[in-house]
Amino acid sequence: MTELTALTLAEARDGLRKRAFSAAELTDAHIVAIERARALNAYVIETPDAARAMANAADARLKAGEAGPLEGVPLGIKDLFATKDVRTTAGSRILADFMPPYESTVTAQLWRDGAVMLGKLNNDEFAMGSSNETSCFGPVINPWRRTGSNKALVPGGSSGGSAAAVAASLCLGATATDTGGSIRQPAAFTGTVGIKPTYGRCSRWGIVAFASSLDQAGPIARTVRDAAILLRSMAGHDPKDSTSADRAVPDYEAALGKPVKGMTIGIPKEYRLDGLAPEIDKLWEQGVAWLKAAGANIVAVSLPHTKYALPAYYIVAPAEASSNLARYDGVRYGLRKPERDVIGMYEQTRAEGFGPEVRRRIMIGTYVLSAGYYDAYYLQAQKVRTLIKRDFEQCFAQGVDAILTPATPSDAFGIGEKGGADPIEMYLNDVFTVTVNMAGLPGIAVPAGLSSDGLPLGLQLIGRPFDEEALFALGAVIEQAAGRFTPARWW
Amino acid sequence: MSKAAPNRKLLKGATGDWEVVIGLEVHAQVNSEAKLFSGASTAFGAEPNTQVSLVDAAMPGMLPVINEECIRQAVRTGLGLNAKINLRSVFDRKNYFYPDLPQGYQISQYKSPIVGEGEVRLDMPDGETVTVGIERVHLEQDAGKLLHDQHPTMSFVDLNRSGVALMEIVSKPDLRSADEAKAYVAKLRSILRYLGTCDGDMEKGNLRADVNVSVRRPGEPFGTRCEIKNVNSIRFIGQAVEHEARRQIDLIEDGGKIVQETRLFDPAKGETRAMRSKEEAHDYRYFPDPDLLPLEMAPALVADLKAQLPELPDQKKARFMRDYGLAAYDADVLTAEHAAAAYFEDVARGRDPKAAANWVINELAGRLNKEGKDILVSPVSSAQLGAILDLIAAGTISGKIAKDLFEIVWSDGGDPHRIVEQRGMRQVTDLSAIEKVVDEIAAANPDKVEQARANPKLIGWFVGQAMKASGGKANPQTVNDLLKRKLGV
Repeated sequence: MTELTALTLAEARDGLRKRAFSAAELTDAHIVAIERARALNAYVIETPDAARAMANAADARLKAGEAGPLEGVPLGIKDLFATKDVRTTAGSRILADFMPPYESTVTAQLWRDGAVMLGKLNNDEFAMGSSNETSCFGPVINPWRRTGSNKALVPGGSSGGSAAAVAASLCLGATATDTGGSIRQPAAFTGTVGIKPTYGRCSRWGIVAFASSLDQAGPIARTVRDAAILLRSMAGHDPKDSTSADRAVPDYEAALGKPVKGMTIGIPKEYRLDGLAPEIDKLWEQGVAWLKAAGANIVAVSLPHTKYALPAYYIVAPAEASSNLARYDGVRYGLRKPERDVIGMYEQTRAEGFGPEVRRRIMIGTYVLSAGYYDAYYLQAQKVRTLIKRDFEQCFAQGVDAILTPATPSDAFGIGEKGGADPIEMYLNDVFTVTVNMAGLPGIAVPAGLSSDGLPLGLQLIGRPFDEEALFALGAVIEQAAGRFTPARWW
Repeated sequence: MSKAAPNRKLLKGATGDWEVVIGLEVHAQVNSEAKLFSGASTAFGAEPNTQVSLVDAAMPGMLPVINEECIRQAVRTGLGLNAKINLRSVFDRKNYFYPDLPQGYQISQYKSPIVGEGEVRLDMPDGETVTVGIERVHLEQDAGKLLHDQHPTMSFVDLNRSGVALMEIVSKPDLRSADEAKAYVAKLRSILRYLGTCDGDMEKGNLRADVNVSVRRPGEPFGTRCEIKNVNSIRFIGQAVEHEARRQIDLIEDGGKIVQETRLFDPAKGETRAMRSKEEAHDYRYFPDPDLLPLEMAPALVADLKAQLPELPDQKKARFMRDYGLAAYDADVLTAEHAAAAYFEDVARGRDPKAAANWVINELAGRLNKEGKDILVSPVSSAQLGAILDLIAAGTISGKIAKDLFEIVWSDGGDPHRIVEQRGMRQVTDLSAIEKVVDEIAAANPDKVEQARANPKLIGWFVGQAMKASGGKANPQTVNDLLKRKLGV
């Protein structure tokens, strides 16, 4: 029998059903793997006792023939999801001791379906970052290294802990969230599959908010099939989230293997950025060739407002964040730094509780919403957002089923390498992904090859609203052609 | 409103006449079981922090979900104010930090309120009708409450009110006197109570007003206004306007300038004073709340609510004047409170409506006022008062005895018919008995008889004596007729 942690989620699920091994054994194997992998700093809290209890309960249900779709499957949970009586920090000092008395809808649905929680996964503070370096728990180390180098690389962000844990086989899958690329970029940097579903597909209830109109939960997994299985459990209408979509959740797994012959794939010319690394360009061409070989029609499309997406995103997201993070004031929960008066308490609590990137975004957001600047920044950015959305709508109206782009402009970079002097350098990581959030569309990142340094690279597929099935079908084609990518264990 | 203000409203200054211009922002708590965006209860008077949901406390990841009953209440209110209902409205965040505001923002409606322009008609006691424009009505969350008396060095927060739905009803600057401002709030409260959209209880803070006051020379453009915050009684609103207008006139006449500012009304001193200015000027950074989609309502919903709207004070007043032949003043008084109008209609059914109006307005309302009781808990029921009126109409008791009977029913209760029988209050119409009394009085007062024959008006003295001698039970009309016959006048 292969090592239990090396199984895909689908293989493990099927093995559990066949009683080839127990949920307790599977969970224990992961607990051991997590303990050995602390150097990666992927988990910020491990919950082995609770995991074993959940696994035993799962075994009982498996035995009784009452298994749910994820019965006994051990998962990691991004620390942005509130987990009842398990510390939930969002990677921030301001919530360092926060113990929610409630469970997020998405995780509650996973437990409903029988999944086992191994612990909480590291992320950029309040999901603000593209490298997982802004977490108050320190950076996550990418399990991948450049060929012949020991240099520590970032796993991407903000769901860096989720991506690293999945890549390093520290869980069979993980929850993640994506506001501007926080699922897809780390998936691309770690050779994993990450899907950001359509806005409204997963409930945001119980997920610490970054930018409400952009935030969306999704899974990171080792295969397209695993991601499809997880999304089916995570998705669904929630009356507690007014923006959640009231429509049935399809069997995403059934979409895999569906023929893509005759589907039309758009290649947007605006994504061919000046100075794009030749190996990224080559990867993109390779993706086109694979889809063509599978029978898809390839068409050139235009998304003319793409170049305004990143600046507009960095107005809308901080604006919403500045308001969403106002509740962390030291009054009711979380960090409090008492001062002479309440204003002093606010200032001290927030100065000490938030890290520099979060403070920067709160200040940007406050600025763009302030009187006299609102029209020039926030309102203008919203107009740009409408135009970006319209670009996609026109493209889909022409019969395009999905759009293929690179997931990131580069492979994983070194810790401390980017954004030190100029935060824009870091923000540029999101150039291919933010448009998707701005338009509320589904996007999947699928590993497609290795860079010249031996690091994984991913391709992104963007779909019509609520057509995640097309993304899984197309993603599976790329996955099959490209093969899977697993880091050599050094930790 | 373009009509010229009548002179009586103008205020005299040292240098001439001034006109006061008033606009009000009334905050009315929506009658609803649950809060605007959470399921927590809105009941008054609970122990601190016992009616607080995770949403109200702004826990991480919590999201607002609109309470549809609050939407319906706002629409009903809009319809009751003859206002435009906006089928699409938007909830915005008003951002500021305060410990009673857990989210760090209040969810309100800024650019796209649920209710647009409307109007309220005021019938002033002097017969003038004043039409007050409504600018808008929007929904917003109430804040919590700080408790400063619980700890020597710290303030505590009670979040029970946090998230309770308020309607902000904004008038146009159409009011021209303290009396009009008072009449406006009274009328608004009456309409809200008729609609059942707000209980109008000002003592509990469920209805409170921000009063905007400015002064100008008649015919000139608006002056600079001051806003008097959170005035919580109709009487105080009148006092606040009067004081503030006078303060502004005096200031301008002394060569000063009005500074636009927020002021507080001090009921103890009957004056307004500037609020301690906040260190930082507020910039609320309004923007659409991304947690809530724009509110879209089907026209059918509004049509449905409109069809179910109850009769409102203006309609009821017109009907009372038309169907019961009541004077405008009486109809106004009776329709101000829904409960009083219903009581009156119970009493008036099948009886003389004017007599019913008189008794409800004078005897009953007077007695209720004296004891500070609401008509809903009146010790004399409409059925009992109706029975008293029946006894008068049948000539069984006199009007004077009826007042005694009212007092007995007020304090002891019981069936008025039975009380009259048991206590022998039935008025005497037996001619022989009255004749005997009249004869005795005439015999004892020959001089008065002489005088009355010379001047028939003096017959009233005999009537009084006869009534007194009969213990008030003699039928005054019978006594009168008999005396006229006896004395030959």
